[in-house]
Amino acid sequence: MTEQTNPVKKIKKVKKRSQLKSIWFQFKKNKLAMFGLLIFVVLVMIAVFSGFFLDYDTQVIGQSMKERLRPPSTQHLFGTDEYGRDVFARIIWGTRISLFVGLFTVALAMSTGTIIGALAGYYGGRTDNVLMRIMDVFLAMPGTILAVAIVGALGPGIVNVLLAMSICRIPQFARIVRSSIISIRGQEFIEAAKACGTKDRRIILRHILPNAIGPIVVQATLHMATTILGVAGLSFIGLGIEAPIPEWGSMLSAAKSQMRYQPYLMIFPGVAIMIAVLSLNLIGDGLRDALDPRMKN
Amino acid sequence: MLKYIGKRFLMMIPVIAGISFILFTIMDLTPGDPARALLGEYASQQEVDQLREEMGLNDNFFIRYGRYVLNTLQGDLGTSYRTNTPAIDEIRARFPATLKIALLAVLIAVAIGIPVGIVSAVKQYSFTDIVSMMSALLFTSIPPFWLGLMMILLFSVQLRILPAVGSDTWKHFLMPAAAMAAAQMATLIRMTRSTMLEVIRQDYIRTAKAKGAPPRRVIFRHSLQNALLPVVTAVGISFSNLLGGALIIENVFGISGLGTLMVDSVKGKDSPMLIASVMFAAFVGGLVNLLVDVMYIYIDPRVKSLYVKG
Repeated sequence: MTEQTNPVKKIKKVKKRSQLKSIWFQFKKNKLAMFGLLIFVVLVMIAVFSGFFLDYDTQVIGQSMKERLRPPSTQHLFGTDEYGRDVFARIIWGTRISLFVGLFTVALAMSTGTIIGALAGYYGGRTDNVLMRIMDVFLAMPGTILAVAIVGALGPGIVNVLLAMSICRIPQFARIVRSSIISIRGQEFIEAAKACGTKDRRIILRHILPNAIGPIVVQATLHMATTILGVAGLSFIGLGIEAPIPEWGSMLSAAKSQMRYQPYLMIFPGVAIMIAVLSLNLIGDGLRDALDPRMKN
Repeated sequence: MLKYIGKRFLMMIPVIAGISFILFTIMDLTPGDPARALLGEYASQQEVDQLREEMGLNDNFFIRYGRYVLNTLQGDLGTSYRTNTPAIDEIRARFPATLKIALLAVLIAVAIGIPVGIVSAVKQYSFTDIVSMMSALLFTSIPPFWLGLMMILLFSVQLRILPAVGSDTWKHFLMPAAAMAAAQMATLIRMTRSTMLEVIRQDYIRTAKAKGAPPRRVIFRHSLQNALLPVVTAVGISFSNLLGGALIIENVFGISGLGTLMVDSVKGKDSPMLIASVMFAAFVGGLVNLLVDVMYIYIDPRVKSLYVKG
């Protein structure tokens, strides 16, 4: 008896697996992606717990003229900068800044973009036309240029950079969401929901979006990577997060003048950016392959 | 065919107009008084007020935008607040440097990216494939401006074989172009590899192999030609990415191009200059996109049949 029921149970279990679970199932098999996830988890831990180990005022932005420009040693793992601040401590703290800005930028862009894309995709017609033509205009400008202009108007600073970067990312999300919604809109279960008299809002939120979540999550991961790169770039040209906040890009900008004699100042922040971006790219690629195993070669 | 190009050209107009409106609004929100900026710190309030009136800065937002559009239609892109010279002259002076770097970067990216992608696909899972995929992954994650700094460190500070700043000789363009090319090259490697892999599995490739076509012919004639379409699109996209990337790379190498012009305009609250240069960049980007679409027609007979009759 038991032998007969077991296979049935197993099949039921497989069938019940939600989309997210099946993505995770595929994702787990990808070693590179898991490696990326591991790095990312470590980075998140660093970001969360750095506050317990470092005192911002003394160890991160506190200046000490007699300690300035020391090369890497056991006392200062990555050396000290031109104001005598420990580069290691600043890079650790910088993880907070970059992940925070990356995460919130993407969250903001994703939610706004999803709303716009959902409205355009679901209602179609004139709504679609108007919204998407506006998005096209934003897309026609290279993202960096738009971000620079917005930061110019709002002024530098974490919140303004975050806003500028997310405005630049909205159109990409809107496009993705719109196209996946259009592909779902015509399906029978939506017809069924409509026939039951379900309100549009509920159809979009409960029936369509959960089915379109895959590509959105992939985009979000990859955009978080490009956002971290972008913010570092903006800070590097002095239109991003300003000193003394230890943003990796602004650390590089300050290190540029010391390049000839203190090259180590320039190496570590760059490596930090690279590791963060690499981990997110690995996760994003892994997610994409997990979502659509056919794409994986 | 010509009709199609003309139509595409007309479609660029609303986009450019939209860009000008968005930027005009953004710059209007920017704090700071252009009249004060023009006259300098020591001008009296009366002089500033007079200039504001002359420049029409006291008018309603829509009147000012309307006036701006009218001027633009007459070929006047505005006058820089900082230098008091026509914006178009400055763009004309600065654009060649940016264009040279961008073209050189595209050239590098294509010359390395596509062949490496082909080899990767043909020898899938080989050592070469793994190495090239790993380096592609690495290059997409390296900040281009940091790569540029590292290059300066190696080639200018340590080896002393390339100049670090300036834009006088072709040697000056080598490092910035290479730094910008890296990420685009990585994209092209991955793109070429995956489209090639898709094509290689098609039945007609098996047929070609079966009838005894030499491998070289199968790869270049049968596979590559069919895989090229998405790759060409990627090249087009990478060109407009490069225009944006120039903003930061030009800063690293001290090149006075369109990128540094935009950054300086933002920092100096020089809105006519900024709007003009961004509109110009978007226009160039649009032209490149158009060029790519026209190229499809020559690459792919299937696309050609849609536009050319007979």
